[in-house]
Amino acid sequence: MNDATQTQSSQGVGLVVRGLRKSFDGQEVLQGIDFTVRPGEIFVIMGPSGSGKSVLLKHLIGLETPDAGEILINGEPITTPEIAAKYRMALVFQSGALLNSLTVGENVGLYLSEHRLKSPEEIEKIVVEKLEDVGLKDVLHKMPAELSGGMKKRAAIARALVIEPQLILYDEPTSELDPVSAVVIGNEILELNRRIRVTSLVVSHDRDLAFGVADRIAVIAEGRILTVGTPAEVKNFPDPLVQSFLNADFKREN
Amino acid sequence: MFRNIGQIILLFWRTLLALPQTWRQRQKVFDQFFEIGNASLLMVCVLSFFIGGVIALNFGPVLVEHSMASVVGGVVGLALAKELAPVMMAILIAGRIGSAMAAEIGSMSVYQEIDALRTMNINPIHYLVLPRVLAVAAALPMLVVFSVLVGWFGGAVVANYNHLMDIPFRVFFANLKDIVELKDVANGVFKSFCFALIIGTVSCHQGLTTIGGPRGIGRSVTKAVVNSIVLIVIFDYLLTRFLLK
Repeated sequence: MNDATQTQSSQGVGLVVRGLRKSFDGQEVLQGIDFTVRPGEIFVIMGPSGSGKSVLLKHLIGLETPDAGEILINGEPITTPEIAAKYRMALVFQSGALLNSLTVGENVGLYLSEHRLKSPEEIEKIVVEKLEDVGLKDVLHKMPAELSGGMKKRAAIARALVIEPQLILYDEPTSELDPVSAVVIGNEILELNRRIRVTSLVVSHDRDLAFGVADRIAVIAEGRILTVGTPAEVKNFPDPLVQSFLNADFKREN
Repeated sequence: MFRNIGQIILLFWRTLLALPQTWRQRQKVFDQFFEIGNASLLMVCVLSFFIGGVIALNFGPVLVEHSMASVVGGVVGLALAKELAPVMMAILIAGRIGSAMAAEIGSMSVYQEIDALRTMNINPIHYLVLPRVLAVAAALPMLVVFSVLVGWFGGAVVANYNHLMDIPFRVFFANLKDIVELKDVANGVFKSFCFALIIGTVSCHQGLTTIGGPRGIGRSVTKAVVNSIVLIVIFDYLLTRFLLK
């Protein structure tokens, strides 16, 4: 039995990616990606810009179709029509992707209101609760344009939480944020994982975030996984590409 | 444009399949409907008054000169009801509302808002396309009825006060009533309903297929308006030919 199907009783789901390939206009962006995410763990995919991280994430949530390979959620192919009804998955976009024509409260409650899952009063109560969970107060009636970058990302996390996801995907959650806001978001990811045992997959090139929150890390470059392991294992992995990415720094001579 | 025609037909078909969702989306349909009405009604009235006036001005003196003053009302009435009101209003709405639809949905595509909807299992056709297509399909025929009435009035005013015609209101409208049948107005309204479906579907399709940032949004808006107008003119001929039978 693979890792993904071992702990089905926990709230988080397992994820297996096998031989994933994708090309755009003849350029192969993903060149055979293989990895496994265990239920309830925080798995970080790191890599330089343009390495195929965001494309990989879009495949995992079903926004892109692979040319080859498969993605399994708790052992079931993601292409199965019932998968969306059976497992709840959410993606926190790099930009937040809040709907600019709706208030923050309407954005966070959109999933519940569009699917008619709760009454408007219950939705408002849940929205306030989820916004408080991510440290946002008094923003219910504000428009997304009135929020700072960090607040938008936290509102996007709140919107994802409303779905009560079993798998939550974060696309560059700390990009464009100051170090303090980045730490707040990182703590948010840890706290959610601890509280609801959701499987979290974070795509980032932020080394501090990756080594601060990850149970395991995969390093991706040029559409290939270079290594997968615990933060300590990845730090000591001898591959020059991995080391150059992890140890890149300015060189200033006085 | 013709490369995308298959995609546009497919989007139209999917929108038709989404029709059972109309009751669920009724609030958005009403919101869009009032937005279209608010944004366009005054412009429709001004434009129609002057279109009616210019038709009377172009044809009236010639007809009067050939002792056919009694048919000026009928000529203005028919031209407006069967052709000018539906086509001109459709072009106006393509520019005023179609462009706004393409820009709004295009911006949502570029800024990943549509992807966000999909990840929440919300169908963008139900959420965005259906309310817009239905709203424009309801609003444009109503605006055309307004346009016809205001245009007739504009034609009558010009025919009455222009010294080359001097046709009294009573004579103008009596002749209009003799020549224009309810069927002629209904044909024009039916044509405008078809044009509205074209505007809604083409504009939403352009919005949904927008790529490449602000420049892409600008390109989509232009394409939405130009493609809508080209299709309106082509379908105008086809529908007129069909309705002649």
